[in-house]
Amino acid sequence: MPGAIYAEGLVKTFGDVRALDGVDLDVPEGTVLGLLGPNGAGKTTAVRCLTTLLRPDSGKAVVAGLDVLRQPNEVRRSIGLSGQFAAVDEYLTGRENLQMVGQLYQMKGRAAKARAAELLEQFHLSDAADRPTKTYSGGMRRRLDLAAALVVSPPVMFMDEPTTGLDPRNRQELWEVIKQLVAGGTTLLLTTQYLEEADHLAHDIAVVDHGRVIARGTSDQLKARTGGERVEVVVHERDRIATASEVLAGFGKGSTTVEEHTRKLTVPVTGGAKLLAEVIRELDTRGIEIDDIGLRRPTLDDVFLSLTGHLAEMADEANGSADDAGHEQEKETAK
Amino acid sequence: MSAATDAAPVTAPGNPIGQSVRDSLVIARRNLIRMTRIPEMVLFGIIQPVMFVILFTYVFGGSIKVGSTTDSDVYKDFLMAGIFAQTVTFATAGSAAGIADDMQKGLVDRFRSLPMARGAVLTGRTVADLVQTSITLLVLAIVALLVGWRTGSAEPTNIGRVLAGFGLLLLLGYAFTWIGALIGLSVRTPEAATSGGIIWLFPVTFVSNAFVDPTQMTPWLRHVAEWNPFSAVVQACRELFGNPGVVQSDAWPMQHPVWATLTYSIVIVLIFRTLAVRKYRRAAG
Repeated sequence: MPGAIYAEGLVKTFGDVRALDGVDLDVPEGTVLGLLGPNGAGKTTAVRCLTTLLRPDSGKAVVAGLDVLRQPNEVRRSIGLSGQFAAVDEYLTGRENLQMVGQLYQMKGRAAKARAAELLEQFHLSDAADRPTKTYSGGMRRRLDLAAALVVSPPVMFMDEPTTGLDPRNRQELWEVIKQLVAGGTTLLLTTQYLEEADHLAHDIAVVDHGRVIARGTSDQLKARTGGERVEVVVHERDRIATASEVLAGFGKGSTTVEEHTRKLTVPVTGGAKLLAEVIRELDTRGIEIDDIGLRRPTLDDVFLSLTGHLAEMADEANGSADDAGHEQEKETAK
Repeated sequence: MSAATDAAPVTAPGNPIGQSVRDSLVIARRNLIRMTRIPEMVLFGIIQPVMFVILFTYVFGGSIKVGSTTDSDVYKDFLMAGIFAQTVTFATAGSAAGIADDMQKGLVDRFRSLPMARGAVLTGRTVADLVQTSITLLVLAIVALLVGWRTGSAEPTNIGRVLAGFGLLLLLGYAFTWIGALIGLSVRTPEAATSGGIIWLFPVTFVSNAFVDPTQMTPWLRHVAEWNPFSAVVQACRELFGNPGVVQSDAWPMQHPVWATLTYSIVIVLIFRTLAVRKYRRAAG
């Protein structure tokens, strides 16, 4: 039996670009699938096809047991959509936005009003409920956006990059909200550029590149394929690179890569924090001064590099995704 | 997305027409709330035509010939129908910009993912614009009266006929907002929609009987002017208001301007609503 979200051979072309090049997906009821990939991989196009916003050139899609192409209006009754492209009205208050969405889901005026109040409470927006959403912070807007997708408690939810552009605290907060939602039994398809996010929220991950699913599995399975952890060292003096490289070779589970101009050495390892401590001690014993050292877990870039042989290009988009990628890197190093 | 499934959803509560009306009203209400939150937009929408009335009256008044006279009082009475008509058609730009803005901000995607009537987002917008146009027109009529515009100055008329004139103005204005809706869905940014929504209106409003007598134009331009829907409503208003400047011509729309305005309005709504709703359903944000 197909899952709550099922797609087979979805193809969508825009001119010469094959945005979707035969995507297959199967999300069992009550689980979360993370669609992971860089900008332009086809994640958003896939979500738009599954949520009736875009008609695929070919292929089959079933959501909540309904044929997306033949019963679009019935599908719309059973889904909630939130994320980078489904917005709220910035001149309406939070309450007005939710009431409007409720009414457009064909709820009666009074029911829509009651549901709006309930959601505002649940998403900690009661204090700001009667302010135009223009005045909301980025995090508050995303929460309201999510609330709007939940007005009728749909059995199937789609979230397109729900945390892109949010600061780490707001991202964390939104993750909690999403976790609660999933605990309630909602089936969720979530797109993200961040492995960390998929890691936190998704049962299964499908990696998308150039309109195709190039790998799927749990977060651990994907990381294992990528080669696990690495130690990354930045030495203070360029002429100590060779010595440092020798030290790392002693601990590494593979060859060390060296970036001369940044004085950065990277080596795959197993053994976590304990091993990191040993590396530091050894470098110290040899008198190698270091500027930075960290244990890095695989990032999206690493997964991509190992899966496709090319780097995930974090194209500059409206939200400054490139900055976010940098941010991610920083946090990983700090761990 | 076949028409059949959209028109008669299996599990839809109530009938499709009822839903369409309800959804359109929800969207109209939303757009009216927005107007109260951005009052400067409504204000500029009023100031612009008021400025036209004042500039035309005091700058051109006395130097433009209406019939055989250059009397500035006659000119005022001649002018207003044209200014009113121009005002209602310029609302097109507002509709275009509003819909382009909704597209750009992702609101159209939000609406399209909801189980709502397909045409409601556009209908709601045009209805809200009609409300705004009515307010603008009311203020404008008061200003026109203040600067000396009088109904019944050339032919006798009555309040019913005057109101019918304003009704026709709003009807044609409403029809034009559907052209604006299509423009709004066809461009990439609200800025482009604003200029795209207005540029084509200059020839439409000037190649007409609004500001000059078309019988003075070269023959081909004269034909265009006489068959221009915009001229029909201006002619209808001058007749109904009892104002001077009614064009003497054999062209059908000039002979039967009220029927012409009604026909043009219905045809414009039918064509552009169909095109706009089709475009909306395929809209890519």
